[in-house]
Amino acid sequence: MMKEGEFRNPSGCAISGVIDRSGKRMSGECMIRSIVTMHDRSNGLGGGFAGYGIYPEFKEYYAFHLFYNDVIAKKEAEDFIQRHFDIAFQSAIPTRKTDSISDAPIIFRYFVLPDARKLETRQLDEEEYVVRCANRINMEISGAYVFSCGKNMGIFKAVGFPEDVGKFYRLDEYEGYAWTCHGRYPTNTPGWWGGAHPFGLLDYSVVHNGEISSYDANRRYIEMFGYKCTLQTDTEVITYIVDYLLRRKKLTLQEVAKVVSASFWSTIESKSEEEREQDTLLRKMFPSLLITGPFSIIFGYTGGLMALNDRLKLRSMVVAERGDKAYIASEECAIRVIEPELDYVRAPRGGEPVIFELNGGAR
Amino acid sequence: MIPFFVYPEYEVVRDYDRCISCRVCERQCANEVHAYDEKLGKMVADNTKCVNCHRCVCLCPTHALKIKKSEDTYKINANWDNALITEVHRQADTGGVLLSSMGNPKPYPVYWDKMLVNASQVTNPSIDPLREPMETTVFLGKKTANVVRDANGKIKDTMSPQLKLKTPILFSAMSYGSISYNAHESLARAAEELGIYYNTGEGGLHRDFYKYGKNTIVQVASGRFGVHSEYLETAAAIEIKMGQGAKPGIGGHLPGAKITDEVSNTRMIPKGVDAISPAPHHDIYSIEDLRQLIFSLKEATAYKKPVIVKIAAVHNVAAIASGIARSGADILAIDGYRGGTGAAPTRIRDNVGIPIELALASVDQRLREEGIRDNVSVVAAGSIRSSGDLVKAIALGADACYIGSAALLALGCHLCRSCHAGKCNWGIATQVPELVKRLNPEIGSKRLVNLVHAWTHELQEMMGGMGINSIEALRGNRLMLRGIGLTEKELSVLGIRHAGE
Repeated sequence: MMKEGEFRNPSGCAISGVIDRSGKRMSGECMIRSIVTMHDRSNGLGGGFAGYGIYPEFKEYYAFHLFYNDVIAKKEAEDFIQRHFDIAFQSAIPTRKTDSISDAPIIFRYFVLPDARKLETRQLDEEEYVVRCANRINMEISGAYVFSCGKNMGIFKAVGFPEDVGKFYRLDEYEGYAWTCHGRYPTNTPGWWGGAHPFGLLDYSVVHNGEISSYDANRRYIEMFGYKCTLQTDTEVITYIVDYLLRRKKLTLQEVAKVVSASFWSTIESKSEEEREQDTLLRKMFPSLLITGPFSIIFGYTGGLMALNDRLKLRSMVVAERGDKAYIASEECAIRVIEPELDYVRAPRGGEPVIFELNGGAR
Repeated sequence: MIPFFVYPEYEVVRDYDRCISCRVCERQCANEVHAYDEKLGKMVADNTKCVNCHRCVCLCPTHALKIKKSEDTYKINANWDNALITEVHRQADTGGVLLSSMGNPKPYPVYWDKMLVNASQVTNPSIDPLREPMETTVFLGKKTANVVRDANGKIKDTMSPQLKLKTPILFSAMSYGSISYNAHESLARAAEELGIYYNTGEGGLHRDFYKYGKNTIVQVASGRFGVHSEYLETAAAIEIKMGQGAKPGIGGHLPGAKITDEVSNTRMIPKGVDAISPAPHHDIYSIEDLRQLIFSLKEATAYKKPVIVKIAAVHNVAAIASGIARSGADILAIDGYRGGTGAAPTRIRDNVGIPIELALASVDQRLREEGIRDNVSVVAAGSIRSSGDLVKAIALGADACYIGSAALLALGCHLCRSCHAGKCNWGIATQVPELVKRLNPEIGSKRLVNLVHAWTHELQEMMGGMGINSIEALRGNRLMLRGIGLTEKELSVLGIRHAGE
């Protein structure tokens, strides 16, 4: 049987997310309670969480989370990390014995800054350097996998139901201002921990429910710009697309939404002249980054969450607010269970980005 | 020695119980096959003149006619087939180069027929084009513009000129001269109604058709026939013809008989004299020369029109395409070896070039590997026979497809492959006034519109089946294709997996 990443793996899923816009931090326990109500949307073959603001004591450092198959891979990866970064702190990621989680790899984290001399000689900006190093570990060191590498945020994922994954990683002991989570329903998988979601790149994380029909058009296009889609999952290619448009092309989140989940030409026709021009231009400039087929995603980044549906809204997703807190989930029940009294709850339209950011701006 | 008698390849079969001797067949046949024999009191046929264009079969009011493959044969030989023997005899008689028309008819593999298209089941929904928007609009041109903002933060439109197509189909280059005035008018009117483009070929643009300029691509070929500033100005885009799939490596030849007053005026060449376009452009002996012509044409039209470079699919097509993508061209058209022609040396048509499927796949992949796929749009040509071929071409990586033979079929062509004789009974590949008027541009354009609408509906149905609601998401989406009965090497060139994988 082929390993995850060697074949295309369609999945159904559950997603949920929360942000406290006042910046007040909450434990990861609420996310576990939220996702467990959607238990039937997962099948025990993958669950994961992303927490923002969870490492305030190391907030200037890139937090690398790695899976190792064995100590040989660990040694090789650590040598690589030492050559390319200054390590401020490293430790095993604490876990709790959980009956339903088995076959755990070695799980470590490192708080690092790029080696100043190497950074200068490579003539890369810092973020690009970090991305390339993470990619090299994943591509070149067999049995080592970087699954999180952002500042003051972290991804935690495993094979299992998401509620068990949350307990396993002791997420009740972390506090963050924003959380997202994901329960996976892959149609076939040998169950590799790295294949669980969220998928992350720097501080960007994506949880996604859907199966995009544009996958290979998107993949073959984005790979022109140095990305390598090794996992063959939608989440991976969506993350790269957002990274390319946001970080490298400097589009706004709203503009990214107009590219990946563009309005239909017939809708664009009916918009105001200024909007029509911008919408048309974005579709003409980035036609190969249009994503078709069903998806609902929560895109997490430092200081904010964005919810986005496909242009036809072929996957359920609702958003809600209560005071400073904002919620996004596949189903309303996943929000009500952690906040029964809401100011409002609504289903965003297909292609309508809904952005919740910390008060006073994200970045 | 007398020339050998060659038994005709096809025979006219007449059902005398049905024939009423109305002589329609006689009047319709420019090849003078049919005649009324007064002595016998019945219609007779001279099979040696028949090209099997089916004009008489279609127009016989009592359906008394059919054309049959002749049973006459030389001694069966798996190496020397009948056609080869006959051709050797003909060449021994005349010392001439054999001429043919339309696309390569030889039984080479057709890769379109060895690829299958995907559809959604369960994990994602198919989309019904009758109930949901299903977008086929495509823009051709460079996609390399940087994001530049004005003072208000709005993104400025700094894109190179783009061609907007309502459906990813264009009519291939077919010159006025090789085809008739009425055929050109049919194509122009249909292109306008469909929101797509037709292509003048290398025969210039008749004054009467300047009004269709917004839907016209004008060609600049090695003979430079009919090229002047107004011609360039009038067009929506300019195509430099470097090669043609049916005859890679050689130029064109329009016999003097087809060069009437009007054709002569349009082409700006003498009447009645053979029009020979040279094999190469004599100002293009290298890629840097091509770049100069591209920019000369852009200078001449103030950088307002996309420039297309059309090449024949040959062995190192990917490297050539890479060169063109870096030379300032906006669109690259690739013409496969099964593409049509109004006249080509038979041996070249049947032996030179490679299939468009393989050429397209390797060009698209090479441009992506080099990170320059955005430099050009890619148009595939050279026998796109149905919407099935169209879907597969786009999934392999084409932005759009040229159709030529299919368009002529819509106008009545029955693929008798005798265009070079100039006596087309359907009024398409001829300049004989009595024949030309058989093609009514009103009806011709309507039939072309029907064809493209039908293909577009079929394209939408297949896209919807795959859960794709915009043509951009199909382009280069090779996971939507699987090979059937292909070798590992063929699969790897096409960049697709085998069915069942």
